[in-house]
Amino acid sequence: MKNTISIIAWRELNSFFDSLMAYILIIAFLGFSGFFTWIYGADVFIRKEADLAVFFSIAKWTLFFFIPAITMRMIAEEKKTGTIEILLTKAVTPRQLVIGKYMACMLLILITLAFTIPYYFSISKLGNIDHGATISGYLGLLLMSSAYVAIGLFASSITNNQIVAFLLSLLIGIVFHFILDVLSSGSRGFIGSLLNDLSVSKHFDSISRGVLDTKDVLFFGSLTLLGLFLSEIFVSKSK
Amino acid sequence: MDLKINELSKTYGHQKAVDNISFEVRSGEIVGFLGPNGAGKTTTMKMLTQYLSPDKGSIWYGNSRNQDNIDIRRHIGYLPEHNPLYEEMPVLDYLAFCAALQGVSKSDIPARIREMVKKCGLDEEKHKKIGELSKGYRQRVGLAQAIIHNPKILILDEPTTGLDPNQIVEIRELIKDLGKEKTVILSTHILSEVEATCDRILIINKGKIVADGTVGNLRKQTESRQITYVKIDGASPDELHRLLSSIPGVNVVDLINKEENRWEVQSTSEDALNRAIFRLCVKNNLELLEMTPMETKLEDIFRDLTLN
Repeated sequence: MKNTISIIAWRELNSFFDSLMAYILIIAFLGFSGFFTWIYGADVFIRKEADLAVFFSIAKWTLFFFIPAITMRMIAEEKKTGTIEILLTKAVTPRQLVIGKYMACMLLILITLAFTIPYYFSISKLGNIDHGATISGYLGLLLMSSAYVAIGLFASSITNNQIVAFLLSLLIGIVFHFILDVLSSGSRGFIGSLLNDLSVSKHFDSISRGVLDTKDVLFFGSLTLLGLFLSEIFVSKSK
Repeated sequence: MDLKINELSKTYGHQKAVDNISFEVRSGEIVGFLGPNGAGKTTTMKMLTQYLSPDKGSIWYGNSRNQDNIDIRRHIGYLPEHNPLYEEMPVLDYLAFCAALQGVSKSDIPARIREMVKKCGLDEEKHKKIGELSKGYRQRVGLAQAIIHNPKILILDEPTTGLDPNQIVEIRELIKDLGKEKTVILSTHILSEVEATCDRILIINKGKIVADGTVGNLRKQTESRQITYVKIDGASPDELHRLLSSIPGVNVVDLINKEENRWEVQSTSEDALNRAIFRLCVKNNLELLEMTPMETKLEDIFRDLTLN
């Protein structure tokens, strides 16, 4: 079971690097986040605070757009070319397939984020950096990515058109990121707090401020599980 | 591993793709699945490989009956209809990936790959990406991934499409060789292929099995029809047509070659057609130059069974 997942994840990760997708993602991500963290706008030098808050808020947006681009082809393309039939007639279950692809996306994001660790060392040289906030900021990015990857895989599992999958996962992302946010500030009482609880940006902001609440972890965890679960259902249904 | 299919049915919407079919395939047997397009061949094969689940009926793999089971899928090798492949992957990586998924142990994988490359004639192209290969080579890669884990059951959906005549012969030999110890089901609509490779034929039409037997057996079933080619001199074509048609039981008289005056005569009568033609010639003082009784061709059997 475990082995099958890692075989699939490994193949996907290799294909990211073979298809240049990985390099483009890493370079673009470092370019964007580096530019806004160090050079432009309210960057580190203007804020005069030794933290990575700027980086985290930029990374949040970059990943918001990049993750649908990584996940869009994961299942949709297999369905379109028919290779999903090859996989599912071998000793692979839909669950292993979905988890394998999820792992590959998360590994790629982990690799990308690992390239920003020098930011941390640079800033810790500039002043007294808050180690806890930095760690929880990275954790927040990973948790948020995990939820978006699962959503992206779900979007990819219900269509065999990559563009549709991309737009759909972006749309779901926008709902969780903005719409709920906007709605929750406009409503009160139970509905208001419910909407607030469902907003990705609220949970991410709270983690990246350095407050690691189980509620936030649970939120991203359940969003991930829900996305993966739905993907599994749609992969099985496509049989 | 024997395969036993029991009253299998699958419906898409209102259309019955596979309608209550049953058959058995024994280990060491190569069965050809024949039928017009849309007859239900591919659907049946997809159920056998557990890609589709049947609406009704059961499939027995050896002694275990199972609808969806990983351990059984490890014993199945499958080449799907359009031979889908990961275009961006190099041939060797792809074969390693397929072998690993099917549970071939890590230490055995290199040897298995080497054997597949040799068996399927992939040596020259093995370092290329699959997307760069010609159709024939892609088909070989598809076949290689199907047999890399040495499966007991081999299911091949149109294995020789896109191959040139030499490659077809090679692949047929390979399938025959594999069929000695495995249970092989292959589908095709090339009839000569079935005659060349298969021990048994299953003809399927509109989701139902309409014939099941060896090529010889199927011939016997339709042998009530006699076909003879004759060449006769001594009368005008019109006259000959009239005379040949007058033989009792003859239903087809056709001038197939005008210059050589060669005729095809078909009869459904049980009396020997060649004797009747000979007597006719003697009686009318015609010169019988040639007479060739024809075996019923597989094509005719196929047409008979699937056209109505």
